[in-house]
Amino acid sequence: MNQVNEQKIPKAPSKLKHYFTFILILLLLWGSAYQTDSTFSELIEGFPNMFSVLDQMIPPNWAYFDNIIEAMLDTIRMAVLGTTIGAIIAIPFAIFSASNMIKSTWVYYPVRFLLNLVRTIPELLLAAIFVAIFGLGPLPGIFALGIFSTGIIAKLTYEAIEGIDKGPLESMTAVGANKIQWIMFSVVPQVAAYYVSYVLYSFEINVRAAAILGLVGAGGIGEYYDRTLGFLEYDKVSTIIIFTLLVVLIIDYISTKLRENLL
Amino acid sequence: MIEFKNVSKVYPNGTQGLKNINIKIEKGEFVVIVGLSGAGKSTFLRSINRLHEITSGEITIDGKSITKAKGKDLRIARRNIGMIFQNFNLVKRSTVIRNVLSGRVGYHSTLRTVLGLFPKEDVNLALNALDRVNIVEKAYTRSDQLSGGQQQRVSIARALAQEAKIILADEPVASLDPLTTKQVMDDLQKINQDLGITTVVNLHFIDIARQYATRIIGLQAGEVVFDGPVEEATDERFSEIYGRPLETREEDEVEVGESANESSK
Ligand SMILES: Nc1ncnc2c1ncn2[C@@H]1O[C@H](COP(=O)(O)OP(=O)(O)O)[C@@H](O)[C@H]1O
Ligand SMILES: [Mg+2]
Repeated sequence: MNQVNEQKIPKAPSKLKHYFTFILILLLLWGSAYQTDSTFSELIEGFPNMFSVLDQMIPPNWAYFDNIIEAMLDTIRMAVLGTTIGAIIAIPFAIFSASNMIKSTWVYYPVRFLLNLVRTIPELLLAAIFVAIFGLGPLPGIFALGIFSTGIIAKLTYEAIEGIDKGPLESMTAVGANKIQWIMFSVVPQVAAYYVSYVLYSFEINVRAAAILGLVGAGGIGEYYDRTLGFLEYDKVSTIIIFTLLVVLIIDYISTKLRENLL
Repeated sequence: MIEFKNVSKVYPNGTQGLKNINIKIEKGEFVVIVGLSGAGKSTFLRSINRLHEITSGEITIDGKSITKAKGKDLRIARRNIGMIFQNFNLVKRSTVIRNVLSGRVGYHSTLRTVLGLFPKEDVNLALNALDRVNIVEKAYTRSDQLSGGQQQRVSIARALAQEAKIILADEPVASLDPLTTKQVMDDLQKINQDLGITTVVNLHFIDIARQYATRIIGLQAGEVVFDGPVEEATDERFSEIYGRPLETREEDEVEVGESANESSK
């Protein structure tokens, strides 16, 4: 009996792999620190500096609040417009990326590739490029956010589309629906809630992104951040940071609550 | 009239789905297709509305080739054929009435249907269809709140709202219990008799087939091995053909679950 059982028991996998992984990670960490010239002594030397900045940041300059409220509203408006643009453009992209919508790999692979490409470009870089094209102001920022959110929303939505129940697709074909009716009656009801949730999610990300786009001259609160930092007005900087944090938290909270109710 | 002329189907992997089928189904018939699992029943049924393509031969409906139909012609041909699936295939997140109205999309412009602006007559038609299968009180309920039997009746209502001239049902009761099986099969029979809609149903169980069919067609490995009235479809005859009796519903309830898993793959 014992003999037979022993033969059936599979050999425990070797732990060697985990040790190697651990050593590899250590090597990588050490390597990156070495390459970027960052050392612990530098970190420690920097501490006093950090405290002096912190010291100047407190108390925040509350009066400055009035000066930045318009810029903050601008930032939110940029995020709203950027997300809206992204949400609209994402729809055809999501459909043309889903293998159960488009049968030809010649269509959905290139479209997916394009989406992946877009998502690898940091939004700051996108914004910088658009500033070069359209000039300073919120417009390039809005475009950058639009393209950036297209990437996110389309990717998440096409994955949702690929996961839908295919029964209704079949029954709508059998009923004699054309392609648009087919999508409206069998796909849309199944993914609408997901789509709205992804748009909200993308909005959360865009508010954060919009807050720093001003660093490259693409409008919003980031410009004030850049300006006050430049003049070493740390009390104003802290006002901006607190205000931004507050707005982001509130928007995140509302959006998360909405999304919970959707799904 | 549905006519199969030398119809064969070979799947890309080489499986022979249908083998040289020649058959005529007249208007108003209630035909039940029987056969063991894998005999080709679904392939047969789905060839009629071209959910599956055949590889040779031709299928005509009232003399018009569906095999050669393209674009709008194909959609109109499909509009006239209602289909009922084992898993109901309703949009679960949509209301019952919207599911029934989805059977009307072939009658209206894209814009109108996309906006959900179905004419009053369509809504009445849908409500009447639901009434006919005794479920009109659920019209504005979300479909996922209904039991399996109720969902299946909604899908019958959808076929009715389509004003279909033919109803195809692929194992419509395979995932239902005996009581709801009877209700759904009774509904199909009543519609067939009252409205003269040609009905072709795939069934796993020979006893239910005998109870409702006016004609039984037996398939095996894609070939027609029996075609005749119910009186001829005796146990002895089927044992002879299949080398064993076909299953009956009462005999083994476990089989129901098994076949349900199988076809939902
Ligand atoms: N998509 C497919 N590709 C390859 N073979 C298939 C496919 N669908 C069905 N078949 C095969 O064709 C035969 C008939 O299948 P089917 O029509 O589903 O039988 P039934 O409905 O009577 O159980 C079976 O042998 C099945 O395995
Ligand atoms: Mg089948």
